[in-house]
Amino acid sequence: MAHAHSVKRHTGLMDWLTTVDHKKIGILYLIAGALFFGIGGIEALMIRWQLIKPMNDFVSAQTFNELITMHGTTMIFLGVMPLIFALMNAVVPLQIGARDVAFPFLNSLGFWTFLFGGILLNISWMMGGAPDAGWTAYTPLSTTAYSGTHGVDFYTVGLQIAGLGTLIGGINFLATVITMRAPGMTFMRMPMFTWTAFITSAIILFAFPAITVGLVLLSFDRILGANFFEVSNGGNPVLWQHIFWIFGHPEVYILILPAFGVISDVIPTFARKRLFGYSSMVFATILIAFLGFMVWAHHMFTTGMGPVANALFSISTMLIAVPTGIKIFNWLFTLWGGQIRFTSANLYASGFIPTFVMGGVTGVMLASAPADYQFHDTYFVVAHFHYVIVGGLVLGLFSGLHYWWPKMFGRVLDEKLGKIGFWFFIIGFHLTFFVQHFLGLMGMQRRIFTYLPGQGFDTLNLVSTVGALMMGVGVLVFLLNVVVTTRRPADAPNDPWEDGRTLEWSIPSPPPEYNFKQTPLVRGLDAYWKEKMAGHTEMTPAEPVGPIHMPSASILPFVMSVGIFVAGLGFMYHQYLVVGLGLIVTFVCMAIRSLYDDHGWHIDPEETTEKGVKA
Amino acid sequence: MSAPHAEQVTSALPHEPEKATLEGRNKVLAFWLFLGGESVLFGTLFATFLALREQIADGPSADELFKLPTVAAATFILLVSSLTSVFAIQAMHKGNRKSLSLWLIVTVILGLGFLGLEIYEFAEYVNHEKFGMTTSAFSSAFYTLVGFHGAHVLFGVVWISLLIGQLAKKGLTVVTAPKIYVSAMYWHFIDVVWVFIFTVVYLLGKVG
Ligand code: HEM
Ligand SMILES: [Cu+2]
Repeated sequence: MAHAHSVKRHTGLMDWLTTVDHKKIGILYLIAGALFFGIGGIEALMIRWQLIKPMNDFVSAQTFNELITMHGTTMIFLGVMPLIFALMNAVVPLQIGARDVAFPFLNSLGFWTFLFGGILLNISWMMGGAPDAGWTAYTPLSTTAYSGTHGVDFYTVGLQIAGLGTLIGGINFLATVITMRAPGMTFMRMPMFTWTAFITSAIILFAFPAITVGLVLLSFDRILGANFFEVSNGGNPVLWQHIFWIFGHPEVYILILPAFGVISDVIPTFARKRLFGYSSMVFATILIAFLGFMVWAHHMFTTGMGPVANALFSISTMLIAVPTGIKIFNWLFTLWGGQIRFTSANLYASGFIPTFVMGGVTGVMLASAPADYQFHDTYFVVAHFHYVIVGGLVLGLFSGLHYWWPKMFGRVLDEKLGKIGFWFFIIGFHLTFFVQHFLGLMGMQRRIFTYLPGQGFDTLNLVSTVGALMMGVGVLVFLLNVVVTTRRPADAPNDPWEDGRTLEWSIPSPPPEYNFKQTPLVRGLDAYWKEKMAGHTEMTPAEPVGPIHMPSASILPFVMSVGIFVAGLGFMYHQYLVVGLGLIVTFVCMAIRSLYDDHGWHIDPEETTEKGVKA
Repeated sequence: MSAPHAEQVTSALPHEPEKATLEGRNKVLAFWLFLGGESVLFGTLFATFLALREQIADGPSADELFKLPTVAAATFILLVSSLTSVFAIQAMHKGNRKSLSLWLIVTVILGLGFLGLEIYEFAEYVNHEKFGMTTSAFSSAFYTLVGFHGAHVLFGVVWISLLIGQLAKKGLTVVTAPKIYVSAMYWHFIDVVWVFIFTVVYLLGKVG
């Protein structure tokens, strides 16, 4: 039955450009995400350096606007989103006992479009100025009347392309979780990280098309002279705010849910206890996603929507604190009475809980519309969202990276360096952002490039900048850790934490390209732990050893993304010939993909058993 | 290994060839998801249009502009094309490749007819009514919503044409069947969108 398809196996660079293996794509997402995270981090440090003292002139006002815009946009769309996708790619198929995602080709396409969108956005620095209207690009500030460079065009087109990649990734993971689960892996036996990846993908699917339309409208206004936001011809700038936040608020839950998932997997492992309230965790996740779509206008309390709308959105926003609170208590009850080990991963996870709670509390404060008239557009808001995004998501990402690093690379990160990095990062974090609450309450507005002395802002700003530098050191220690660890032998065992509960710990680190020699049979929640408790060291297979079908590598996703990139650039500069050319490249690739059937190839049983011995 | 992979099914086609393989089922599922996203996309465009439809600035209003007979003809053509695409899928389920290709060709021709009418309509507006993309907020919203739909029709026409070619070359197999099935889903979807456009843009424009 095994077909002897002759396959070209690429090596070196070509391997990375053509890979459709979810584990390698995960690594690509990790590298690209880390790169953009670094760029965004440098921008952040430049912002903080400008604000270190009153009337500073480290950068000009215009550059400052570009810095804050690019910092926010880069971090959210090109930094943390890809890092989330890195973990999803690396972990989800393993956790559900699958050999790959549902659409390996699309997986690769999603990555490359995201990357080229990100590159397009960032080359704006070298092509006449970066976008300067804030990451929210509010009209009319972002229209050609007030933002005359091509900056905002880079924003609309770059995000459009990157967003396309994210959407593709979202659909892929939805389908993967629905159809690729191993026998016995029912929905209510899925690990929490997989659940949150699933729900996050669903939010992506329903939220990203809204921003797609918003970006189209804005780019049509700017490039084609349309009138969506042009008041003199009947346009309506508030429309942009609605569209942006109908996407924007769900987006913040796209970001935070996977972090919830990481924490929910890390804490049980290092507390040696099953997750407290698993079903309520699942329920809370779904509820948060659902409510997340009905609160967008809490970003617009001061726009003048009127008391009725403000009251409704206030209440719906505060409701979200309920499922969120459920989660917090579940984590605490999981830790309660556990045999806790404070590894680096668990330090980050435990640091997450109080930090994120603080962000949630300020969130509920902001949700009160009358109070928000005071808080809005001050540093209080900046403090809030950094507590939830950095203190929540980024701590979650670091936790997940320390936890799954051995699964991704076969090496356990150095624990000592991991802990040093953690302490630098979390202390730096609280120094940076805790004081910003007070700056905000004292009246310091966000997005101002400098301030006068004598308003009581000076010391707190200095503290904040010092904190930011400490966070930078924390990140550098992590990088150092990666370098140090990579030079060590790749000798991580299957289950380096020894208390692994889920399927990914039952296979070698890193797993072979087919993941599971035999698809495992899942007999309960925490499938691997269950087998361990029954005295087994391995999963019970659900199928005999046989040839394994694998998808073929392909360069088409890369070429398609180049085509879209070229078309996007052409559109910005009114070069419609270039647009046509780029689109033709992309569509021809699509046609080629459709015309030539990809039969994939097979790995023979001899080969899998041979490799299996190694583990 | 619950389901056989595409190339392992060679003998007689099952009744629903589009769902015979894991790949096929994945494709259909993902396409439903994709259409969910597309609904949000068009939903946002409709919301934009509804918010801006009265804002005609110095340009013509919907009532002055629209000529229902052309639009009604376009609607009729597109609705019929949905029917012919149903016939195509029925033929596919009977395993009748000839009739399948035939109905797909009819669908494509109807799609082209619709596009022709739409281009004619747009050209009329631009050339004789001074109603272009930049005229007013209403015009921008109109061209963007209706144009997005038109671009979808164009994509569908090209896509289905390519599939007709594949069908001729490769025959009806468990590989080609899911592609044809999802293209039919797509076609119905843009048809449904058009029904909303007809009501919200044109009818409402005439009476509201
Ligand atoms: C209990 C949960 C939360 C509540 C009640 C809440 C509430 C709010 C409110 C009312 C605002 C608007 C403040 C203003 O502009 O005046 C806001 C801003 C913001 N929130 Fe939250 N939030 C919550 C959780 C989160 C989470 C989990 C994230 C991200 C992971 C997040 C990210 C943001 C961001 C980025 C902004 C500022 C956007 C901007 O203006 O640039 N929030 N939040
Ligand atoms: Cu929000």
